[in-house]
Amino acid sequence: MISVAFPTLTTNHTSPLLLTQPAVGSCAFYLPIFKTAKKPRAGRTHPDIRTVLRWVRSGKMLAIISNVFRASAQRNGAAVIMSARTYADFTTQATFEIKKCDLFKLDEGPATQVVLTRDEGLQYYRIMQTMRRMELKADQLYKQKIIRGFCHLYDGQEACAVGIEASINLSDHLITAYRAHGYTYTRGGTVKEIMAELTGRRGGIAKGKGGSMHMYCKHFYGGNGIVGAQVPLGAGVALACKFQGNNQLCVCLYGDGAANQGQIFETYNMAALWKLPVIFICENNRYGMGTSVERAAASTDYFKRGEFIPGLRVDGMDVLCVREATKFAADHCRSGKGPILMELQTYRYHGHSMSDPGVSYRTREEIQEVRSKSDPISLLKDRMLSNNMASVEELKEIDVEVRKEIEDAAQFATTDPEPPLEDLCNHIFCDMPSLEVRGTNPWAKLKSVS
Amino acid sequence: MAAAARLFLRGANSKLSIAPGSLGTTLLKLSPNCSSRTKTQRRHAAHFTFQPDPVPSQYGPTQKMNLFQSITSALDNTLASDPTAVIFGEDVAFGGVFRCTVGLRDKYGKDRVFNTPLCEQGIVGFGIGVAVAGATAIAEIQFADYIFPAFDQIVNEAAKYRYRSGNMFDCGNLTIRAPWGCVGHGSLYHSQSPEAFFAHCPGLKVVIPRSPIQAKGLLLSCIADKNPCIFFEPKILYRAAVEQVPEDPYTIPLSQAEVLQEGSDVTLVAWGTQIHVLKEVASMAQEKLGVSCEVIDLQTILPWDIETVCKSVVKTGRLLISHEAPVTGGFASEISSTVQVRLKWPVSHPPHSHVFTLCTDDVNCWCIH
Repeated sequence: MISVAFPTLTTNHTSPLLLTQPAVGSCAFYLPIFKTAKKPRAGRTHPDIRTVLRWVRSGKMLAIISNVFRASAQRNGAAVIMSARTYADFTTQATFEIKKCDLFKLDEGPATQVVLTRDEGLQYYRIMQTMRRMELKADQLYKQKIIRGFCHLYDGQEACAVGIEASINLSDHLITAYRAHGYTYTRGGTVKEIMAELTGRRGGIAKGKGGSMHMYCKHFYGGNGIVGAQVPLGAGVALACKFQGNNQLCVCLYGDGAANQGQIFETYNMAALWKLPVIFICENNRYGMGTSVERAAASTDYFKRGEFIPGLRVDGMDVLCVREATKFAADHCRSGKGPILMELQTYRYHGHSMSDPGVSYRTREEIQEVRSKSDPISLLKDRMLSNNMASVEELKEIDVEVRKEIEDAAQFATTDPEPPLEDLCNHIFCDMPSLEVRGTNPWAKLKSVS
Repeated sequence: MAAAARLFLRGANSKLSIAPGSLGTTLLKLSPNCSSRTKTQRRHAAHFTFQPDPVPSQYGPTQKMNLFQSITSALDNTLASDPTAVIFGEDVAFGGVFRCTVGLRDKYGKDRVFNTPLCEQGIVGFGIGVAVAGATAIAEIQFADYIFPAFDQIVNEAAKYRYRSGNMFDCGNLTIRAPWGCVGHGSLYHSQSPEAFFAHCPGLKVVIPRSPIQAKGLLLSCIADKNPCIFFEPKILYRAAVEQVPEDPYTIPLSQAEVLQEGSDVTLVAWGTQIHVLKEVASMAQEKLGVSCEVIDLQTILPWDIETVCKSVVKTGRLLISHEAPVTGGFASEISSTVQVRLKWPVSHPPHSHVFTLCTDDVNCWCIH
């Protein structure tokens, strides 16, 4: 049985959805979806299951619920309740069988039986949904010309960022290329800061001076525009970790296009030689801008490219696969065995950037197929629903909250003022006053040097 | 446009004093800091008007082409006349991200127009090898900002090949093409003008056209030239610049600056997109101040036409150089110091340096004029 619950009026998304006061005129709907249907409590209306399911499918359920909520709220201004939801209704954790990883120079791989708890599942769902909506909002703002310049969207690849972050600590380090909005979020940036950075406002995470490709936060080194240039940097960060003996590691990401850059191989050599605690991760989304991997690479087994570095090929659309593989890789690094290379097989729904429609080098059918069969959010959602770890309404509620968060962030990003003109030329050098930019004020009198 | 200018006034005989403010204001259109959307949008427009050259009559029938079409035409002519010519780079097969190589693969085959993987150092290194072996190599670097991984190959290998082999080998058959210059939304890595880095390297030629007619002629000259050449194409002009360009191949000599407009009061020197800004400046100066400007398009940065510029400065007495790249170490500094040395200004009357730091290159998503 699933009982429908309403959020409190002063909800924040971390609080449990436990309600306290029944309101007049409310009614509880019991959805006997599962075979082990409980009897409805006495004295409450009990619609026929088929009717209820029809309501759910048509979205009427949500409308009914919200109507009652609004009605009750007006009446007594307090929280509306249907019934107290007990956690006993949901499974707290479930074991899943995940795809086995392809291994290279490894005797054993990550676990294939993984445990996902309800809380973890909800958290991953929320984060992935936030990332997805954030990217779609960025798409919208770009088309409205509120975001200018370059914008590389991450939707479709959410499982990679979430899975990686789930297995490392915030004290570990991460560096990636320009498709960085997702990682900025998982590493601790807020949606407001990210969106303000996209629109180039002073509230942005890089004070509005970096833009889409250059977002940074603590232990997250960006956001790098030049393809492949971030990989040697990542190895350097790992060297610092090893030197300082702080048991931290560096996750160094790059794409399938960057995998053909010379500096990647130079980095493999250095990392292996000095046994640096670095996890190289190749996010293989099958296309380097418009070039498919078969047309760009002599070997598309990116996890084997390390040659002397052990490698794993992981299903990057399944957050649990990514999580387990990263956990395995992190253990490998922290035990002093040196670097490890992971290839995450993933997919991006958008084109390379906002100026690429994304359909000239691949078919719409292909994109649709991936969306319907391997969408990371849908995969997690199906897993959770089919194992009674969450309810449809609960997830929908998360969706609503996420939407609101994104809307607020977009509002902030659109209305925040741009950085002041004095900021234009500062931070070029350290401790140097901002250069005066002549000619930027048409009313200022320019002074001759002599 | 983003510009750095250096104005020299000969101390004793200043014929006029150009009010610095007017030049500054005409070149810039920047509204005060604000958050309203429409003002932001207005500020993002690049302020210059492309000024087409008159239709050339000496090269045969002409066709209306924009910059990228004139490049395609030049490459088409090359592939047709030179059976060893090959074009390669990232995404050139389908036509290139700026459509400079559209149709060439279908016409000449996939072994003459082909994609490389994402590796600039590899592209140029490979191109040097192709050129040394005797084929005509035309390498494309997708943006000039990405040329730096290839910097070692260009400076250490390509430029010095002839010298170190005692003229036995050379990679003169190599031409590297790259989109160059600020475009308004390019930010740090799609807006750079790195000509000054390469100007410091003997053995290379660096060429920057201002318009489709110039582009086709100069590109064909670069390809024909027996030295490795870097050809920077102003990306903001790819669509904006439309002219009547001759269909047949023709060459425009390298290392010859072109005097676009005669004048008597000040010499304005620029290359690429800045030429159109300076042409506008020249007409405004004439109209508002009665100042007659001589506008020179340098065209070839290395080796540059010292004689033409010096001759002009002797005539006018004043020199103003404008470019998009940063001021320090920008090519304007080389031009100004060489002109000073050549014209031997007396030490007792050093030129007044009015240093106009109007801008550095494009920063983030602000378009700085």
